[in-house]
Order: sequence, then C-alpha cells, then structure tokens
Amino acid sequence: MLIIEDLKVEVGDTEILQNVNLHVPPGETHILFGPNGSGKTSLMMTIMGFSGYKVTGGKITFKGEDVTYMPIHERARLGIGVLFQRPPTINGLSTRRMVEICAGGKKVDVDALSRTLRFDSFIERDVNHNLSGGEIKRSELLQLSAQQPDLLLLDEPESGVDLESIALLGDSINSLLNRGIKRQSPCHTTIMERTPKSALVITHTGHILDYITADKGQVLYKGKLRCSRNAREILKWIREYGYEECVECSA
Amino acid sequence: MFSMNNKEEINLSAYNEVADNHGYIDNLETIPETDVREFVKVGIETDKALRAGTFIQKDSSILHCSRSMEGVEVKGIASALKEHEWLGEYVWRLIPHDKDDITRNMNKVPDQGFFIGIKKGVKAAKPLQTCLHIAKENFSQKVHNIIVAEEDSEIHIIAGCSTSEHLKSGLHIGLSEFYVKKGAVLKYTMIHDWGENVCVRPKTAVHVEEGGVYISNYISLKPVGSIVANPVTYLEKNATARINSVLVAGQGSFMDMGSIVELNAPGARAEIISRAIVAGGTIISRGHLMGKEPGVKGHLECKGLILKNGLLHAIPELSGHTPGVEMSHEAAVGKIDKREIEYLMARGLDEEEAISTIVRGFLNVEIEGLPAELAAKIDQAVKETEKDMM
Repeated sequence: MLIIEDLKVEVGDTEILQNVNLHVPPGETHILFGPNGSGKTSLMMTIMGFSGYKVTGGKITFKGEDVTYMPIHERARLGIGVLFQRPPTINGLSTRRMVEICAGGKKVDVDALSRTLRFDSFIERDVNHNLSGGEIKRSELLQLSAQQPDLLLLDEPESGVDLESIALLGDSINSLLNRGIKRQSPCHTTIMERTPKSALVITHTGHILDYITADKGQVLYKGKLRCSRNAREILKWIREYGYEECVECSA
Repeated sequence: MFSMNNKEEINLSAYNEVADNHGYIDNLETIPETDVREFVKVGIETDKALRAGTFIQKDSSILHCSRSMEGVEVKGIASALKEHEWLGEYVWRLIPHDKDDITRNMNKVPDQGFFIGIKKGVKAAKPLQTCLHIAKENFSQKVHNIIVAEEDSEIHIIAGCSTSEHLKSGLHIGLSEFYVKKGAVLKYTMIHDWGENVCVRPKTAVHVEEGGVYISNYISLKPVGSIVANPVTYLEKNATARINSVLVAGQGSFMDMGSIVELNAPGARAEIISRAIVAGGTIISRGHLMGKEPGVKGHLECKGLILKNGLLHAIPELSGHTPGVEMSHEAAVGKIDKREIEYLMARGLDEEEAISTIVRGFLNVEIEGLPAELAAKIDQAVKETEKDMM
C-alpha cells in the first residue's frame, strides 16, 4: 500500500528525516512512536505532500504509483487521508459542507454520520471553529468517514481527548479501517470478508493502542526509523526505559 | 501605484443633470425584459406577491411604485412631501444641508428619491424593495430618501442600486435619513452593482430610538469607479445597531467605506462587521464606535484579504467618552492562509477550488433576514467574482 524508500526531507535548511524506509502493506495498521521533535508529523506531512517539506532524496510509492512529487489533492483522490492534530479554522464554511466536499461527489448521509460521531450539534458550525480537542478529532473523523481513504494517516488521534471520548474515537477509527467489532455486523464471517484498510498512526502516549489493533510498531528518533516490531512491546519498552534505551536496544 | 488618494473631490458639473422621462409602468410584471435583467442583479423581484412594496427609479423617472400591504407606504419623495406636511420635519434633520459641497448641491426641497413609512405596530412579513438605476450615460442621479419606521413596527427593505450594462460613467448621490422609532426594527439590505467608472457618494444617517433595532447589510461585489460612504447611526437607550458589509474591489475600483455608530445612552449595543477583498483595487475600510454613556457595548470587526495587487487599509476606531463603556475591535489584513488551502486540498479539492471555497466562506457574513432567493443570487455573484479574480 505505502512504500517509503531512503526518504530524506528538509525543512528550511535543516534535514529532519534521514533515509527513512517504511512499508505499510494493505490492511495493516502501523504505529509510529517517537518523542517530540523526532520528525513524526513531518513524515506524515511529507507523505501527504504539504509545502515546506522538501524531499531531497528517496521515493514514496502509494498503490504502486510514485507520489513523491504529486500535488496534495491528487494524493487525497488516490486514497490517502489525514487526521490532523491541529487543523485550521475555515471561516464561513460549515462542517456539513466540508463533509460533502470530502465525499467528493459521492452521496453521503451527513446527519447519520454526525450522529454516530456525536457531532450533530456542531454540524452547522464553521469548520473547526471554537471546538474542544475531542470535538476537533470527531470533526476530523467525520470528514474522513466521508472521504473513505484507503490509507489513514492519524496524527496523535488521542491528544486532547478525554477518556470517555477516546473509546468513541477508537471505535470510529476501527470502523473506518473495517476492523474491530463494535458497530459492525455481529457475523464474524462478514467482518472477515471486508478488506481492512491501512493506517499509519502517530502516538505519543500509546493510549490509542487500548482501542485499536496494531500490526506493527516503529520508533522514529532524531529523524531516523530505529526499531520495527510489535507495537505493544515497543510501548512497554518506552514506558519502562524511555526512548533512548529503546533506540539503543535496536541499534 | 495604489494609494489612499483622495477621490472624494468630484466635479459635480461634469455630469448631466437632465435625463429622458422613462414613463411609468403600472404593473411590476410588465417591466421590459432588458430592465428586469438589470434590476434582478440587485435583488429586485418582479413577482408582486413576494414583496410588501416596490419603488423603482430609473435615472430621474419613477418607473414603478406600489405596495401590497396595509400600513406600509411607499412613494416618490416629492409627492410624499406634498401629501404629508409633517414629513418636512424629517428632511435635513440628521444630515445638515450645509454639511459639504455634495449636500449643498442637493435641492433643499427633495424632488427625487423615495419615502417609506411603516405605521405603528405594523410588522411586514415580506421585504419591501427599492431600486435606483442609472441608464443614461454620464447622468448624475441625485436622490433624497426618507424612511420612518413608527413605534413597534418591523420591516426589511432590500435596496438595490445599479447601472445599465453598457454605461461607462455616471454619478449617484444618495442622501438617506432613516428614523427608527421606539421598539421598531428596520433591516436595510443594500446591494450595489455599479459600472466601472461610476462615482457613488451616498450620505446616510440613522436615528434609532429606545429599544429600536437597525440592521444594515451592504454588499458590493462588482467593480465601481469610486465609492465614498461613511454612514452615521445614533443610538438611544437600549437601541441596537448591526452593520455588516461585504466589499470586493476589483481592478481599478476605489472604495472608501465606513460606518460610525454613536452609542448615546445606556444599554445601546452596536456591532460593525466588514469583510473586504482586494483584487486589483483599493479599499479603505473604516469603522468607528463612540461610547458616550456608561453601560454601552460595541464590537468592531474588520477583516480583509488581498488576493491580487491592491491596497487594503483598515482603520478601526474606538472612542470612549466616559468610564463604563465596553468596546472592542479586531482587524486583520492579509492573504489566504496556505494551511487552509492545503487542508482543503488534503480533502480532495484542487488548489483553485480550495481558494474559491475559502473566499466564499470569507464573504459569507451571516445576513439575518436575507431572503433565500437573494442569498442564492449573492452566492452566484460571489462565484462570478471569483472567476474574475482567478
């Protein structure tokens, strides 16, 4: 689904990602751990093609297509979707209209979707205007539910969200990924027949792992990917010994 | 290249004062198609059932004047002054005749323009519409308008001003004195669609008595030669004023637009909100709240986007004359935030679509009481404006 090879990225004149290699196969959810400033968000922004992140080497391939220098909207239309940590407010544009935009011409029941995400009372509000941390995440998920990407890039989905809302959030992410058991058909066979989607999830605290199933974890430290193994194991190591020890172990 | 050059000086004698008589049309629905096309652009409905009344002036002729409900009066100012002796008291009361060259140039006894009166307690469910249109090349249209909303009355007036498509030059001077009596509500939505070299010099003053509400919406999306306007609203006890404006200055347009609100008694409330887009022209966006008594509240918001070359000069002013006034302002001038564009692109819009979505949102000031059909027309005009800008 997503293959990153020897990726080097600069912001301004500073190299922030060095020779990153990452492979997220179809249907897998990968967790990206890393301390603040390690380059996690930069990697995500580069995958999506945001300005300010200059690729100086390497290649990003999505669904077999080289997307390294593709405009943002073409990557979105190809099936990459981002849950932003701090998205901007768009004055005068209602969330309802935004959700319709995300659907890209497909029919979408905005009211039903917003009820599921407990966002119905904010649906006419300008996009991200005066929302709490949890409400922003729900708005982002609502947009992604309409967009239906094949690869989800989730930037710290649990940050600023209270415990009660994390469960709802995890539930919605699972639903988007065609995984998990809640709000899906009780018949296991039906669930197994649905193709799961891919995801790359940035997390700082690891709380989200209580709600979503990860296939693999990776640690990004000082611009380099240092470790790749079971996500829960990595989390245990980080909690026990901190990032530096975790990196040393994998070195 | 772009400056706040003083375009206020206009040579009044350079314009024609005389125009043909266009005759009178009894039935709103029989106005010629060519005229209708011009009027529709500024919100005029030809279906009488949708309006409480209509006043249309073309150059200096009253083309049509009618009303469809009791308690609402609409007339040419000259005949209204003949009919109602008391009306004379309202003329030149808020705007002194000797204020400046423009006011001195106007007739002491008004002969063009409209009078709208709403009787005590009458609440008009449908809007009343007026249209002041210039069709003759280089004509100087000079109107004096009076609105008197009596106690506890309520009305929404949609006031369109336009010029014929072919018209290159012209001058419009509109003197407006509005009286909102105790507990009355006057909503006044102005939609301007002027020619590229037309000069516009409106002078407006509004007096709002105790508990009255005045809501003004001003929309100008098409190129205009120059427009200079700084209406003044005087608020008494517990009176409210909400002044919204949406301005787009395309190539060569010069707009010096503002609003002054005097909060003269406790409980007075005012809000001035303006959205300005410069795409090759100049906008000076002014706003001034004057708190003269304790217990008044006001907010001023002035936001501007510069999409193409041009000048956008925001001048928000607050003046408190006593302790106990509460007033604030926010002003922002700049370009579209790249983060917003890229955010929308990450949802699948290309760059051009993303910019136009942001622009439309920016201009989307919530205009209370705006009829759906007019909102759709404004939306259409915004789309056309975007096309011109891209």
